[in-house]
Amino acid sequence: MQKEVVNAESVTICFAGDSGDGMQLTGTQFTNTSALAGNDLASFPDFPAEIRAPAGTRAGVSGFQLQFSAVDIFTPGDEADVLVAMNPAALVASMIKLKKGGTIIVNTDKFGERDLAKADLEENPLEDGTVEGYEVIEVPLGTLVKSSVEGLGLSAKEVDRCKNFFALGMAYWMYERDSTFTKNWIEGKFKSPYKEANLKALDAGHAYAETVEVFQRSYEVPAAELEPGTYRNISGTAGLAMGLTAGATLAERRLFYGTYPITPASDTLHALARYKNYDVTTFQAEDEIAAVCSAIGAAWAGAIGVTGTSGPGLALKGEGIGLAVMIELPLIVIDVQRGGPSTGLPTKTEQSDLTMAYYGRNGEAPMAIISASTPADCFDVGVEAVRIALEHMTPIMILTDGYIANGSEPWKLPDVDALKPISNRIVTENNNPDGGFLPYTRDPETLARPWAIPGTPGLEHRVGGLEKQDLTGNVSYDPANHENMCKVREEKIKRIANHIPEQEVYGSEDGVLVLAWGSTYGAVRQAVIQANNAGKKVGHAHVRYLNPFPKNLEELCRRYDKILIPEMNLGQLSRRIRSEFFIDAVELHKLQGQPFKVSEIANAIDALL
Amino acid sequence: MDFNENEVEGPEEEISYSKKDFMSDQTIRWCPGCGDYSILSQTQTVMSTLGIAKENYAVISGIGCSSRFPYYMNTYGFHTIHGRAPAFATAAKCVNEELSTWVITGDGDSLSIGGNHLAHVLRRNVDLQILLFNNRIYGLTKGQYSPTSEVGKLTKSSPMGSLDRPFMPLKFALGAGATFLARSVDVYAKPLRATLTEAEAHKGTSLVEIYQNCNIFNDLAFDDVVNRKVKEERVLFLEHGKAMTFGAADAPKGLRLNGTKMEVIELGDEFSEEDCLVHDRENSLLASILVQLDYPDFPVPMGVIYQVACETYNEVFNAQIDAATEKRGKGTLKDLVYSGQTWTVE
Repeated sequence: MQKEVVNAESVTICFAGDSGDGMQLTGTQFTNTSALAGNDLASFPDFPAEIRAPAGTRAGVSGFQLQFSAVDIFTPGDEADVLVAMNPAALVASMIKLKKGGTIIVNTDKFGERDLAKADLEENPLEDGTVEGYEVIEVPLGTLVKSSVEGLGLSAKEVDRCKNFFALGMAYWMYERDSTFTKNWIEGKFKSPYKEANLKALDAGHAYAETVEVFQRSYEVPAAELEPGTYRNISGTAGLAMGLTAGATLAERRLFYGTYPITPASDTLHALARYKNYDVTTFQAEDEIAAVCSAIGAAWAGAIGVTGTSGPGLALKGEGIGLAVMIELPLIVIDVQRGGPSTGLPTKTEQSDLTMAYYGRNGEAPMAIISASTPADCFDVGVEAVRIALEHMTPIMILTDGYIANGSEPWKLPDVDALKPISNRIVTENNNPDGGFLPYTRDPETLARPWAIPGTPGLEHRVGGLEKQDLTGNVSYDPANHENMCKVREEKIKRIANHIPEQEVYGSEDGVLVLAWGSTYGAVRQAVIQANNAGKKVGHAHVRYLNPFPKNLEELCRRYDKILIPEMNLGQLSRRIRSEFFIDAVELHKLQGQPFKVSEIANAIDALL
Repeated sequence: MDFNENEVEGPEEEISYSKKDFMSDQTIRWCPGCGDYSILSQTQTVMSTLGIAKENYAVISGIGCSSRFPYYMNTYGFHTIHGRAPAFATAAKCVNEELSTWVITGDGDSLSIGGNHLAHVLRRNVDLQILLFNNRIYGLTKGQYSPTSEVGKLTKSSPMGSLDRPFMPLKFALGAGATFLARSVDVYAKPLRATLTEAEAHKGTSLVEIYQNCNIFNDLAFDDVVNRKVKEERVLFLEHGKAMTFGAADAPKGLRLNGTKMEVIELGDEFSEEDCLVHDRENSLLASILVQLDYPDFPVPMGVIYQVACETYNEVFNAQIDAATEKRGKGTLKDLVYSGQTWTVE
């Protein structure tokens, strides 16, 4: 029977199962395959904090959502078109992500009484009306996988672990995907007989979907019209690690990453740990405070000091960062934000550490702040942070979040020859004709001090956390000196505005402005495109430089009648805009551990028009 | 075993310094009579003799009276934050192994807030020296008891006497994996200089506990041991390979291990030097006993108590970088960005 092939502009698929079911692997494979097929895409892994919560329970549901398309897209989709659910818990937990009338592929082997009990269900959702109105494709996955790998001598547990490849095979058929990437990956990753088993399961899933009538049609999502160039799929974590490494290479300095494992930042350490031949060194410190202190010690000794963490770790690093502000050395602090406060929601996204970035240190202790807006943007932000830290001799905070760290998208590789070298303030000559080196003289324009690295003859000097006399750096309690130094440190940060690009705006130059930062980029951009296409006057300004703001930001904001600031917090950027510019804005808050949906932004925009 | 394994590669020229070269231009602000003056003086003298270029000294401190030290040294210095100096120093040494790295700390800085970092730098065996000024009090904050103060200490924060049992710094350090342990006294100028010299020569973390007198808030805390009138009887100067004897020439004493009990014996008719323990720096079991000995039951051991050879963290840290670079070649931007699976759109 010739099955229908439907042409689709974009598809959103969601894989959901136990933490041990391999849903992240399945999702990642599908993502990479789709990237190689030329689709534009955005992914969103969504999983619990526990390593392996009891199988079949709602607490253990691990999901992976992916939107892939033939056109430019910016988000992993407000709603899925297809949900692949490996058990009842995954089904009921993930139904909310599925569009009305969407397709559900279920593993019916896992819908027995015990499985329902584990998911806290009294009745079978496949029979009690829960799935009414949806297209349900029931697949006895467990049974099918077992027969597909018969003869290979696997235990029951090992057979069970092949079912994610079966599910992947089915999905590949459904979306006309080429299995080559996954097959090569399996070949490289697994030993016999697991290699053969996974390959068989993959093929069997594909064949099953192709054969059985219950899969009525397949979808073709053609390649998107991407700009000519070379691409790779990249996650925010990989992008940031690469960006920092690129920055260190452009600066020709060692990079020292001092850190402590914390969700969702640990993968940054894993990524940087593999760049040793770029003179990127990693140090797994004994705690968060040792991590930031080691990064500062490294900067003192002449390296680019970097530390990375999430909210709880940033709270611990406050005193250390304050010291870096006082001694004015290049330190990069990465906060991959997650749900707070306190331990909060370790694997869920949020952007609620902005206030801490601005104010989280004792005294007047300003630092530069920059944020990434998409996975690929993390690369540019990494390079830029290295530049600002070295050229202005200041700590700088990079804000990202769990969503873009774990999510991925296609990235057009930059022309490496066009990347500018990064300069620094290293000195080797004594700047004081009358005596000892003066560590606190300043560049007249940037106010950055010179960097005299230990080991350099003749420039011996002391730095520390006590207030210091201007020029000499000696400990000073002089009243006027202290006030002057506080103002100079503040001014130094302000003057970074002379060295960063002006704020750009997308869309309309007047009307309603959506002012946003961080990972809300995708949903906001999509909503603003839709609005403009419908003839509404809406602009989108996405702020990368949060401290200092770009020079034109205030004037830009004043051009609009109304400003909407959507944030995954209770209004942290909005408060800063208000306090710095005396500009009022309408706030849209979302604190659910989930990114904004396009529809949520669109509705908020409409309410203002 | 050759204890001085540090191969100091001097520059072509003969380096010749005087103590004055290591004195900064800052007026010293310690209280008159503070033991820190003497420690500073001996350190400056020692550094001037080691043949290390002055720009290669790194003096890193935490917070406390002890930690004002760097400001009085004409070297690269870093006054960091309370308890955390070992973390800064570890990284500095890993970034530049040429730096002769000295961590200056106190009993509160290193064993209260800094306990964790002290344990880990010892465990890692980073090639640096830690000078722990133990005055058994919090001086800079004006007189609270410290983690090395005796139980029942009466201070402003403990008007009915302190409740916590104290650490013995060297015992803590041995437990954490130290590879060099020594003890000295602020005013024992010559022994202190000798100990500092040995500490610098040791490849690894050298912890030197220095009994330091805070004459304002805890005067004479160690006087019962270190006063020159009694020290002969109450201090055991250790020498590797020599019997553990002390006391007056006409009434010598020694230390003997009787089964599993440590004993002070009077040398004469019943016992002689042959009955005494012979100091062996490399013997960790012996070290575990020595670090527990304290007045009044025993003489306090001074000098180098324990020293073993062990890989240093900074050395293996950089060896990995070298190995990776040798295996894969120095990374280029092109390699970096074009890694992983790529595809081209025409």
